[in-house]
Amino acid sequence: MEKLIEMLTELHPDVDFATAEDLIDDGVLDSLDIVSLVSQIDSEFGVTIPAEEIIPENFNSAEALFALITRLDEE
Amino acid sequence: MLFASYGFIAFIAVMLAAYYLTPARWQWITLLVGSYVFYAFAGLECFVFILFTTVSAYIISRLIEREIKKENDYVAANRDTISKEERKAYRARAKKKRFHILLWGLFLNFGVLAVLKYSAFAVSNVNSIIALFGAKTLSLPSLIVPMGISFYTFQTMGYLIDVYRAKVTPERNPAKLALFVSFFPQLVQGPISRFSELGAQLTAPHRFNAKTVSFGLQRVLWGYFKKLVIADRVVIAIKTMLDSPEEYRGAYVLLLILLYSIQIYADFTGGIDITVGVAEAMGIKLAENFDRPFSSKSTKEYWRRWHITMGSWFRDYIFMPISVTRPMMKLNKAMAGKFGRVAASKTVAYIATTVTWFVTGLWHGAAWNFIVWGLLNCLVIMISEALEPTYKKFHQRFPRLTESKAYSKFMSVRTFMLMGVIRSLDCYGNVGLTFALWGSMFTLGGLGELLSGGIFELGLAAKDFIIVLVAVLVVYAVSVASVKGSVRERLYGRPVLSACLFGALLIAVIMFGAYGVGYDASQFIYGDRFR
Repeated sequence: MEKLIEMLTELHPDVDFATAEDLIDDGVLDSLDIVSLVSQIDSEFGVTIPAEEIIPENFNSAEALFALITRLDEE
Repeated sequence: MLFASYGFIAFIAVMLAAYYLTPARWQWITLLVGSYVFYAFAGLECFVFILFTTVSAYIISRLIEREIKKENDYVAANRDTISKEERKAYRARAKKKRFHILLWGLFLNFGVLAVLKYSAFAVSNVNSIIALFGAKTLSLPSLIVPMGISFYTFQTMGYLIDVYRAKVTPERNPAKLALFVSFFPQLVQGPISRFSELGAQLTAPHRFNAKTVSFGLQRVLWGYFKKLVIADRVVIAIKTMLDSPEEYRGAYVLLLILLYSIQIYADFTGGIDITVGVAEAMGIKLAENFDRPFSSKSTKEYWRRWHITMGSWFRDYIFMPISVTRPMMKLNKAMAGKFGRVAASKTVAYIATTVTWFVTGLWHGAAWNFIVWGLLNCLVIMISEALEPTYKKFHQRFPRLTESKAYSKFMSVRTFMLMGVIRSLDCYGNVGLTFALWGSMFTLGGLGELLSGGIFELGLAAKDFIIVLVAVLVVYAVSVASVKGSVRERLYGRPVLSACLFGALLIAVIMFGAYGVGYDASQFIYGDRFR
């Protein structure tokens, strides 16, 4: 989780990702950020996020994103 | 059968009566029969194509379902005996296999669409090249383009992709899938629905509810108001200018851009109001396609609020999959090492955006003006994206200015004008001519002539402009009022006021609808384009 928060903070240093819960709905993360995140997650966690998982529910918070990574890793 | 016709109104009346008189569990069959009857008016030969899409989608979706079941059964049975790596490798192989099945479905259906809609365009381009070498050109194919083929093909392919992604359980009853493909209100001009949102609603029983039916019909009436009072009136002046565009340069181009923005808004949102209203009267909630798009402050925002279901279709099924393909991921990683993560992600996003907008342009029409239209939208979005840090600095430097209402209005007007200018490629239909006419705007030649009475020689008298102005103000007022919640819901508790307002709306449609003015008043822009 720490590694993920680090990744997110690198994209938007002014956002508190530990508490933020509407990253997509509030327009904090845009398509560019998503493209960057998917690539970094692939490198750092060895988890490929398929297109169908790129939905607001999975990217609205660091917690949701971490849950997605964990689920995809376990499947 | 056209929406703006007495035949359609009679059809809706019969459909509503039949729908609510049918026993609840058979209502969906009434809807399917009604949808096929509606489609039959477009020509029986069109049936071959919609049936092809339905049958192929049914077979492919069932084959994919079988593969998913096999995969899940295998993993469940061997979870304790195989390693995580083996399990992942097995899932990857299984996914690849069902991807190949999906490809067949996409290839067959988009293939039919491509041949019917784009072969003449392709041949004419080939001919242009052949002509350069003085060789004999090919004859242009003349093929029928079935009504709604773009809409039902995209909607059904979205369903197939969702089945492949295991996001929806495939429909096992072919007749129920046939209804999802052919649901009549949205056949002509969308919205492009998702099976996860619409599928179950179509086949669920809906008891008669006076409020639901009256709300639906109110929305239909609102749609006719926009279509007949506004869109079909301003189109007269637009048509006059487009009949001889060389004569109407300078200030006239600006006028055309303004009038066309009004027309397409009233025409398309009016058509969607009718579609959503008819469905609503039967208790079916369709996805909204517009969210006050002309108040957008950027092109990106505009495209989140205009033709929403098309935009989300292209985002979910084209932009995102392209962005995360293996080659793109490799490119992203390779570039990140050399040029940094931001530059790498931007490159990938820009490539995916360009492809998406090229396809969006092509979807709007088989002509270069639509492709250029798509690519210009793409260019504006990418420039805005690249300038984002500069905007941010500007906002930080001048907070009082950039947070003012006037600045916010300026941004909306700027976006409205920018979108209007690019959209005029639709009207002129010729890229070179459009560019030349855009250039003429800067001289504003003809402004004096326009203001000294030329504006009233375009087929619309002063009273027509007054009607349009008042109607546009009414639409604007309702749009502003709807920000705080449903206007119909607020009127519901006040039956007298509600009856007076909707009565006045009906009278306005009857009295001020642009009927019998010597042109085809009933065709919708999007319905015509996406046959």
